[in-house]
Amino acid sequence: MPDPVLSLRKLDAHYGDFQALFGIDMEIAAGEVVAIIGANGAGKTTLLRSIAGLLKNQAGQVSYQGDTIGALRADQVAQKGIALVPEGRQLFPSLSVEENLLIGAQTGRAGQWSLGKVYALFPILKERKDQASTTLSGGQQQMVAIGRALMANPDLILFDEISLGLAPVIIKSIYDALPDIVGDGMTAMIVEQDIGKALSVSSRAYCLQEGRVSLTGATDTISRDDITRAYFGVEA
Amino acid sequence: MVIAALGLLVLAAAPWWAGRADLRLLGEIYLYLSLAMLWNLMAGYAGLVSVGQQAYVGFGGYLLFALTMFGGLHPIAAILAGGILAGFLSVPIAALIFRLKGAYFAIGTWVMAEVFRLSFAQASSLGGGSGSSLPVDVVRSLADSRSGREALSYWLALGAAVIVIACVYLYLRSNRGLALTAIRDSEVAAAGLGINIWRTKLEVYVVTSAFTAIIGGLIFLQKLRISPDAAFSVNDWTAFVIFIVVIGGIGTLEGPIIGTILFFVLRETLADLGTTYLIVLGLVAIIIMLKAPKGVWGLIRSRFDLELFPLSYRVRTHDADKGA
Amino acid sequence: MEWISAIMQGTLLGGLYALFAAGLSLIFGVMRLVNIAHGDLIVLAAYMGLSTTVMLGIHPFMALLIVMPAMAGIGYVLQRGILNRTLGGDILPPLLVTFGLSVILQNTLLELYSADPQKMNAGVIETASVPVGGLTLGVLPVLTFAIAIAVIAGLQFIFYRTALGRAFRATSDNSDIAQLMGLNKAHVFGMAMALALAVTAIAGILLGVRTSFDPSVGGARLIFGFEAVIIGGLGNLWGTLAGGVILGVAQTIGAKIDPGWQLLAGHIAFLVVLAIRPQGLFPRVDH
Repeated sequence: MPDPVLSLRKLDAHYGDFQALFGIDMEIAAGEVVAIIGANGAGKTTLLRSIAGLLKNQAGQVSYQGDTIGALRADQVAQKGIALVPEGRQLFPSLSVEENLLIGAQTGRAGQWSLGKVYALFPILKERKDQASTTLSGGQQQMVAIGRALMANPDLILFDEISLGLAPVIIKSIYDALPDIVGDGMTAMIVEQDIGKALSVSSRAYCLQEGRVSLTGATDTISRDDITRAYFGVEA
Repeated sequence: MVIAALGLLVLAAAPWWAGRADLRLLGEIYLYLSLAMLWNLMAGYAGLVSVGQQAYVGFGGYLLFALTMFGGLHPIAAILAGGILAGFLSVPIAALIFRLKGAYFAIGTWVMAEVFRLSFAQASSLGGGSGSSLPVDVVRSLADSRSGREALSYWLALGAAVIVIACVYLYLRSNRGLALTAIRDSEVAAAGLGINIWRTKLEVYVVTSAFTAIIGGLIFLQKLRISPDAAFSVNDWTAFVIFIVVIGGIGTLEGPIIGTILFFVLRETLADLGTTYLIVLGLVAIIIMLKAPKGVWGLIRSRFDLELFPLSYRVRTHDADKGA
Repeated sequence: MEWISAIMQGTLLGGLYALFAAGLSLIFGVMRLVNIAHGDLIVLAAYMGLSTTVMLGIHPFMALLIVMPAMAGIGYVLQRGILNRTLGGDILPPLLVTFGLSVILQNTLLELYSADPQKMNAGVIETASVPVGGLTLGVLPVLTFAIAIAVIAGLQFIFYRTALGRAFRATSDNSDIAQLMGLNKAHVFGMAMALALAVTAIAGILLGVRTSFDPSVGGARLIFGFEAVIIGGLGNLWGTLAGGVILGVAQTIGAKIDPGWQLLAGHIAFLVVLAIRPQGLFPRVDH
């Protein structure tokens, strides 16, 4: 693999006395779309939170574009060009739709994403731009959450369970929009419980099980049986 | 237990072995210890962080003067009556200020104390803004000789401290104390267990307020003079008490005791510095709150694992929050 | 006519109380911090104004050019150096630390300036008055009220129309997610405290021009500000102005009945509002 954009070296993560990740090694190349799959509690969200800086690690455990970023705060990680679309959307209720998008651009990073381009991607948001974000439907809120992350013009975008709690037709429309988002060389990591969805848009996958990597490979080479084994840790 | 009883006996005999100034100082220490114990129960256990308990200190003091001067009561009866009245008065006050949450509750209690101060300053029969002295015949009714009065006032202070410590300890060990600890750990969980949070806090507020008024009566029985500014002083009856509890260790029974000792050691050594002493005290309290929020007792305990008052149930827990 | 005059005086006094309250309200809104030392910081600003006018021989209002940035700087450093460490789920640390701060400030001022009452001299403006519909109003109280309106309008603008205000609101909503957007929580809170203390500087100078002050008067200023906030309703700055006016009117009417009743009447107005409308008269309506 050429120089990876992101590499994890023996990444551990803890919540108090509870250890959630055990020595994760991972490498992601520029422009790759990688799926992270695994059962509930396998450590997927923890992994994304560690990369984004919401959980502190040792500096060397996370490297990004040649820098060690494991010990940086989340806002410093954001400045470097990593954006997270958090689980459950987590919009700012005191901010209007447009303000939620604008705050995504707080890092001031240059790039192709702007208010206009986000509105072009999700036209409904333009109609609702002055509404409080809490008045939107779940799917529209997810569009704001994605748009907010894009406004930072990240090089690496992390999606955490973007289909959670949404109707299938909404999920489909959001996943239909994904190629437009990552098509221009953006690197992406997609955490999903819905394995089919995750694998359909990714080229490679890691499966986590109880805080460890239990399977990795190109999406077109790993079989259903492999996944089941890696997912549940039992012979299928 | 034996050591504690012996120590108490030695302290009770102080009028025979201590000088007049020392006796006064010891009496003051007991009264501050009592105030600290009560404030700690309220703030450290019930989460009612008040900066207005001077309302009840002053109320108790003023009732001592009013009930002896105009009601003809014996001073001790007047002090007890003041405590009971303070307890009744605290119920409607709680109904009002419990509507304020957290830090706003704290300032609300301060407003109440100001209302008390301004109201008593209006009472011209009690000397208005300049205050008054306890009449000689009232003072005489305690004991004939001056040394007899001083010994009595010392024993009252010691007795009050012992009773307050015992009551707080027994309360915390009772079912209600357990409920209080449950509320402190998690209000939501406690409510789920069927604990009436509002009622439990009200109980603590009323009882501590009544006791605080009694201590206030004893304080001004020692001083023999009262004025609104002295009686409702936020510095004397709240700032010092808070510093004692924070430095000693808030939310522990041992904390106020250690804090009181440290406070008086500091005061006796630094008192000449005047305002500098208060600045140092404020700095120490801030540093303790930031660096060792469990206070000096917490530091001792983490090193030696001992307890003067067996309250905690020794179960080691490991919190496992979430894994996803 | 005398009563109308008292009500007008009280209304104008309410402007000063709203200025005491605005900083308190702002930092509570952004970081749920109640600063017990707020009143002492107002007094600190008054003393800084006094020293500036005496040393440079300038008008108290010109001193604002120095005192405002100085107070803002103090606020930023205070927040990042100390207060940020107290924020979290537990209400005890911020309360007790700001309480300790209050005692330190009071006694430091006592050490530096003694307990003697001081006053700033603003010249003719102090005694000038304007006739308004048969009433005579002091120019200084009218100016104070106008400044209060301008400050609150300015804070509203910052809060709802600027990137800084957006950062305040976002961090207040969810500081973790705000951090993901590249907002450093420690810095945002520092900016909020800087802004709050800049407003405090204005309040302190106006206080010091209007009346004499000494190091012990901070507690009462905190209480007035707090009462204005609660009467007006949490989270609404215009409500805070209304709360200040109600408090001021209650005080001047109380004083009219009996001079000893001035402060008591204000507290009673506060308690009455707390009893019948604990959420305040104009609480924020979340959209």
